[in-house]
Amino acid sequence: MTTRIVELRKGVLKKNDELARELRARFTAADVLVLNLVSSPGTGKTAFLQRTLTELRTRGAAAAALVGDLETDNDARRLAQAGVPVRQINTHGICHLEAEMIGRHLDGWSEVELGALDYLFIENVGNLVCPSGYDLGERIRVALLSVTEGEDKPLKYPTLFNSADAAVITKIDIAGAVDYDREAALRNLREIRPGIRIFETSARTGAGMGEWLNFLAEAR
Amino acid sequence: MHELSIAAEIVDCVTESLAAYPNARVLEVRLKIGALAAIVEESLQFCYSLATEGTPLAGSKLVVLNVPITVDCTTCRREVALDSLQSFRCPGCGQPAGDVRRGRELEVEAIEIEEAEEAPAP
Repeated sequence: MTTRIVELRKGVLKKNDELARELRARFTAADVLVLNLVSSPGTGKTAFLQRTLTELRTRGAAAAALVGDLETDNDARRLAQAGVPVRQINTHGICHLEAEMIGRHLDGWSEVELGALDYLFIENVGNLVCPSGYDLGERIRVALLSVTEGEDKPLKYPTLFNSADAAVITKIDIAGAVDYDREAALRNLREIRPGIRIFETSARTGAGMGEWLNFLAEAR
Repeated sequence: MHELSIAAEIVDCVTESLAAYPNARVLEVRLKIGALAAIVEESLQFCYSLATEGTPLAGSKLVVLNVPITVDCTTCRREVALDSLQSFRCPGCGQPAGDVRRGRELEVEAIEIEEAEEAPAP
């Protein structure tokens, strides 16, 4: 018997990274802006996205959404009320979306032709840990945080907030009722991700949505 | 939280590389884990023993090499290691520094294998 060391230097998530790279090339060629929305369960991703899709449609932009959940198509049905194509991805226990799931649900999605879209939103499974390591081919990763969750959430989940390109604070219409400390929330986000763009919004009242939509238009 | 699927990916990744060493048994897998990789070592170790059962990696040891976070400080113009995961600032000058250089790794660096000696030619 002989023993020896074999150098591998192989990324454990190499397969996902390669698929994500292929997706990104596809999205770039189709000139569609892809965003990956990540937050804890209950932050209000679906309400925020539904409002975003409705407003984009009013502005004449073509958008579609893929939405990930462990089970049920409840969110897809909610989002479809915005009048745009929506497809549900059920992960059946997996705590995050992977590039392979995105590719599989884009293929055979008869309502959607990528080349005709301006925006594709991917609503990830509600989870602030696992989605951080999985590239979905998006151009912009958005981390959402509601005023009810605690201003120190970015400090508790730095791996995810540090990987985000933009942050959206949701439910600001009830900030007063929950003693939300705005300065602390903004400071903590910037401490974990210096220079991050932050949007303060309410899907219910529409507050802050204009600035967010302008950002989307400029990012195109 | 997804350490079991990570463990399964490690098994796949190593098994693929073993194609070049058909008679080999894996003794050790050396894995680099960045502080930003969102992996809990204790949980991964537990899942590793389950995921390797019945594979050429069965009974092997998972050795974790922790990689600290380093960022590029544009003020000091150098790569510096962060003191804390709660503050992306250069420990030298105190300025915000968000450009992460290292710390996201999740990589099988090397494996140690044991091979049966080839039988001498008759």
